[in-house]
Amino acid sequence: MSTFLGTPSLPAGTGNLRGAQSFPAAARKALGDSQLRANLGAATATIRAKRSAAVAEVPDWEQLRAAGSALKATALQRLPELLAQFEANVIARGGTVHWARDAAEANRIATELIRATGSTEVVKVKSMATQEIGLNEYLAEHGITAYETDLAELIVQLGHDTPSHFLVPAIHRNRAEIREIFLREMPGVDPAITDDPRVLATAARTYLRQKFLTAKVAISGANFGVAETGTLAVVESEGNGRMCLTLPETLITVLGIEKLVPAFTDLEVFLQLLPRSSTAERMNPYTSMWTGVHPGDGPQRVHVILLDNGRTRVLADETGRAALHCIRCSACLNVCPVYERVGGHAYGSVYPGPIGAILSPQLTGVTGRDDPNASLPYASTLCGACFDACPVRIDIPGILVHLRAAEVDARRGGLPGPQDLAMKAASAVMASPSRFAAAERVTKLGRLLGRMRGRITALPYPGSKWTTSRDLPMPPAETFRQWWSRTHDGSR
Amino acid sequence: MGSDARAEILARIRAAGSIAPVPIPRDYDHAPRSGPGDAERFATMVADYRAQVHRTTESGIADLVTALLPPGATVVAPADLPESWRPRTTLVLDGDPRPLSVTELDAADAVLTGCRLGIAATGTLVLDAGPAQGRRALTLVPDHHICVVRAADIVDTVPQAFRALDPSRPLTFVSGPSATSDIELNRVEGVHGPRTLDVILVGPAFG
Amino acid sequence: MRIALFATCLADALFPAAATATVRLLERLGHDVVFPAGQTCCGQMHVNTGYLAEAVPLVRNHVAAFEGEAWDAAVAPSGSCVGSVRHQHAMVARRAGDDGLAVRAEAVAARTYELSELLVDVLAVTDVGAYYPHRVTYHPTCHSLRMLRVGDKPLRLLRAVRGLTLLELPAAESCCGFGGTFALKNSDVSTAMLADKMSTVQRSGAEVCTAGDSSCLMHIGRGLSRLRSGIRTVHLAEILAATETGATRI
Repeated sequence: MSTFLGTPSLPAGTGNLRGAQSFPAAARKALGDSQLRANLGAATATIRAKRSAAVAEVPDWEQLRAAGSALKATALQRLPELLAQFEANVIARGGTVHWARDAAEANRIATELIRATGSTEVVKVKSMATQEIGLNEYLAEHGITAYETDLAELIVQLGHDTPSHFLVPAIHRNRAEIREIFLREMPGVDPAITDDPRVLATAARTYLRQKFLTAKVAISGANFGVAETGTLAVVESEGNGRMCLTLPETLITVLGIEKLVPAFTDLEVFLQLLPRSSTAERMNPYTSMWTGVHPGDGPQRVHVILLDNGRTRVLADETGRAALHCIRCSACLNVCPVYERVGGHAYGSVYPGPIGAILSPQLTGVTGRDDPNASLPYASTLCGACFDACPVRIDIPGILVHLRAAEVDARRGGLPGPQDLAMKAASAVMASPSRFAAAERVTKLGRLLGRMRGRITALPYPGSKWTTSRDLPMPPAETFRQWWSRTHDGSR
Repeated sequence: MGSDARAEILARIRAAGSIAPVPIPRDYDHAPRSGPGDAERFATMVADYRAQVHRTTESGIADLVTALLPPGATVVAPADLPESWRPRTTLVLDGDPRPLSVTELDAADAVLTGCRLGIAATGTLVLDAGPAQGRRALTLVPDHHICVVRAADIVDTVPQAFRALDPSRPLTFVSGPSATSDIELNRVEGVHGPRTLDVILVGPAFG
Repeated sequence: MRIALFATCLADALFPAAATATVRLLERLGHDVVFPAGQTCCGQMHVNTGYLAEAVPLVRNHVAAFEGEAWDAAVAPSGSCVGSVRHQHAMVARRAGDDGLAVRAEAVAARTYELSELLVDVLAVTDVGAYYPHRVTYHPTCHSLRMLRVGDKPLRLLRAVRGLTLLELPAAESCCGFGGTFALKNSDVSTAMLADKMSTVQRSGAEVCTAGDSSCLMHIGRGLSRLRSGIRTVHLAEILAATETGATRI
C-alpha cells in the first residue's frame, strides 16, 4: 500500500483517528437523524452568536490572532530545542518525563505508572490526546477503571457513546436525552431528576464528588506546556480539572509534542484567544498551571508523557503542518455548515469538523482511495468560515485544497478514474478558446433534451447526484460569446 | 525504552526538515488603558459571571465576611490569614497545627482567602499560593469561596497579569463560580468547584 | 474607463445574462467594455478538486488573455472566479515551478475586480440608475464574503436601485452547499445545506434571490425550480442593468 501524505519514512499515528466508512456514507446516516440535526443546529447557532459578540469586544483581536499563529509556528520551528528545555525544567522541579512514539507506547507507559501506585481507578480531565490514543479502552482491558469527570465526557461515557466535539463531546445530545442517560446509567441518581441543565449539573456533582475526594491517580491532557519553565496549563470551566489536578497523589499528563509554547508570557496571547473562541467567554472559569511538583500543594508524583503519534509526520508537510497550530477551541466546528448538519461522528476520528478534516488524514496518512480518511479533505465547500473563526489563523481551506492536490498527485501514473479523465478533458478544452467555443456549441444538445419539459429533472449517474434535489440549468439560446460577436462585432 | 523513544522522536522531528523562523508580531495591547488597574471595570466583569462583588475598606473586611455567612458557619482559611480579616464565626486554619483533610475541607461552609491579583478586562482572580491564599485544595473543595482583592492589586489586561506572575508557583485563574456549557452550549453556574463566589473589593475609596 | 470583461466560463456557456448585463451596465455608465477573446475559464474547479497540474494551462491562458496595458481594469460578475484569480493563480504557478507565470498572474490579479468592487471602489458609484420594482433578497456568496471581503458593497448598490424592496435573508452568511464538486461528492450534505438556504429565501418574503455569483445562483435557483417555489434567482448584474425604459424581466 502506498502512502499518500507526508514523508513515508515517518510513521503514521494510530488510535481513534479513522472511522469505518467514508465521510459521505457516514454523513448520509447522520443526516437521517432529525433529532441530531435539531440538537446541533440549536447548539451551534447559540455559540456562534455568542462568539461573535465576545470577539467583537476585543479591539486587538487580529493582532492577537497574528501573534498566536506566529508563536505556534515558532514552537514547531524550534521543537527539538523546546522539548529538551521543557523536559529539563519538569525534571528539575521534581517531575518525570516519558516519551511515546505512538498510541500503544503512551498507553503502556500510563498503565505501568498507574499499576505502580496500586490503584485500579483513575479520574480523568477531558483530554483530546487520551481520546486519540484510546487510553480508556486500553485501561479497561488492563483492569483499570477510568472515570471521565467533565460533564459532557461523563454523558458520553455513561451513554456508551463517542465524543463528537472538542469542547462539548455530547453536543449531539439535548437535555432530555441527557436526563434519560443519567436515569438509566448513573448509580444513585435521584429518580425525580428533571431536564433542567442546573439539575443535571448538580447530579453530576453529587455522583463524582466521592470519586474526587478519594482518587489516588488522575490523568489529564494539557492545553499548553511552557518550554522555558516546564509549566503545564489546563483550561476548563467546571472545576473537575482542578479536582483532578489538585487532590490525587499522582498526576499523569499526556501532552502532544506540538502543545509547547516558548515562554510563560506567551500564554498571555492564548489565554485571550482560547476562551472567547471556545465558550465565548472573556475568560473561562478556571485555568490551572503547575510546574513539576509543588511541595505540600497538589500531587507529589507528577508525570508527563510526550506524545508523537503521527505529529512528526504532519510536521514534514510544509503546507499541512499548520494543522499542528490548533489549540482545540472548536470555533471551526461551530461555524462549519457541514459540521452543523452532520455532527462529529461522521468524521470517524476523534478530531471532527474542519480541523479534523485536515488533521486526521495527515496524522494517519492515507493508504489509498478506499481509506475513509481519504474522503475527509473533500468534506467541505471551502466556504472559508473556519479560517475566519480560527484564533490562530490556520488556513483550513488552503490546506484542504493542498491535501486534495496531494491525493490527486499521488494517484498520477496509475489507472485514471472517471474524475481524473473528466478533469484532464476539461483542462484540455478550457486551455484553448477555440476548443472551448466548440464545446459550448455541443452543450446545446442538452437544450434539445430538455426542451420537451422546459427543465431537466433527472440525469444518469453521476449527474444524478445533482438532479436528486436540483433541476439542471438549461443551456441558453445564445452563449455570451455569440451575443458579443452579434452586438459588438468588430471590437476585439 | 524511554530513551529510545526520546531519541527517535527527536530524530523524526529533524527528519521532517528544517523550518524557517517567523517574526512574532507583538503589537497587541500590553499597556494599561488608564493608569492603575480599573477596579470598577473589574467589578463589572466579575459580576457579569454571577459572582457577588462587595466593596469595603481594609477595616471593614471582617464585618463584611461575617455578614456573608450564615449563623454558626465554619470557615476554613490559610494559616497566614490577616488578623483583621477574621470573621466572628468558627474559623479553622489550614496547616495550623496540621493540614486539613479533604473531608474537613468538604465539611466547611466556606473558605476565605486573598489573591495575588485581579484582571479587569476579564474579571479574573489569580491565586498563586502566596500570602493569605493557601494551597490549591483549600479554595476548591468548600462550596463557597470568599476572596479578598485589593484595588491596588488589579491590573487592566491579561498581558499585564502574566508579566506580574511567577510561573514557578502553582497558579489558579478564577473567573466567576464553577460553570459548564456542556448542555446545549448554554452556560449554567455550579458544577464541581465552589458554586458561590463572593469577591470583596478593598480600597480606601470604598469606605 | 476601458474595462476588460472576464465573462467566466459558467456565465459564457450557461448564464450569459449575467455577462450581457455587466456589459450593458458599464456601457450605460459611460465606460468602454472590451471582451478579450482568448479567455476561457479561471481553473477554479480544477484547483478546488485537487487538479492543480491541470489548472496550470488554464492559468497560463487566462494570464495571456488579460495581461497588458490595453485596458485599465478587468471585471468579472463572479466572486469565486475573481477569488481564484486573486488567491489561487500565483499559487498554482509557483507550485508548478513557474515563478515567471506567478509574477504575471499577480499583475493580472492586482487589477481584476468583482463587479461590486469595481463599481464601488474603482468607479466610486453606488447609484447606477437602475430601476427594478421587485422584492429582492441578497445571498452574500462565501467567496465574495470571505475571500474577497466585498462587505456591504452589493447591499449599498441594491439599496440605491429604484423600486426595489430589499428584504433580509435569515442566516445569510451560511453557505448554500454548492462548493463545486462538493455538490456531487457530498451530495447529501449539499442537499441538506441547500434545503436550509431555500427555506430562508422563502421565509424572507422575496420574489427574487440575487447574488454576485452564477454558480451559487445556479445551485439555489435550480433547487427552487425543483420546488416550484415561484422564486427566481437573478444575478446582481442583471438587477443593476435593469432600467425603467429597458427590460426588467425577472
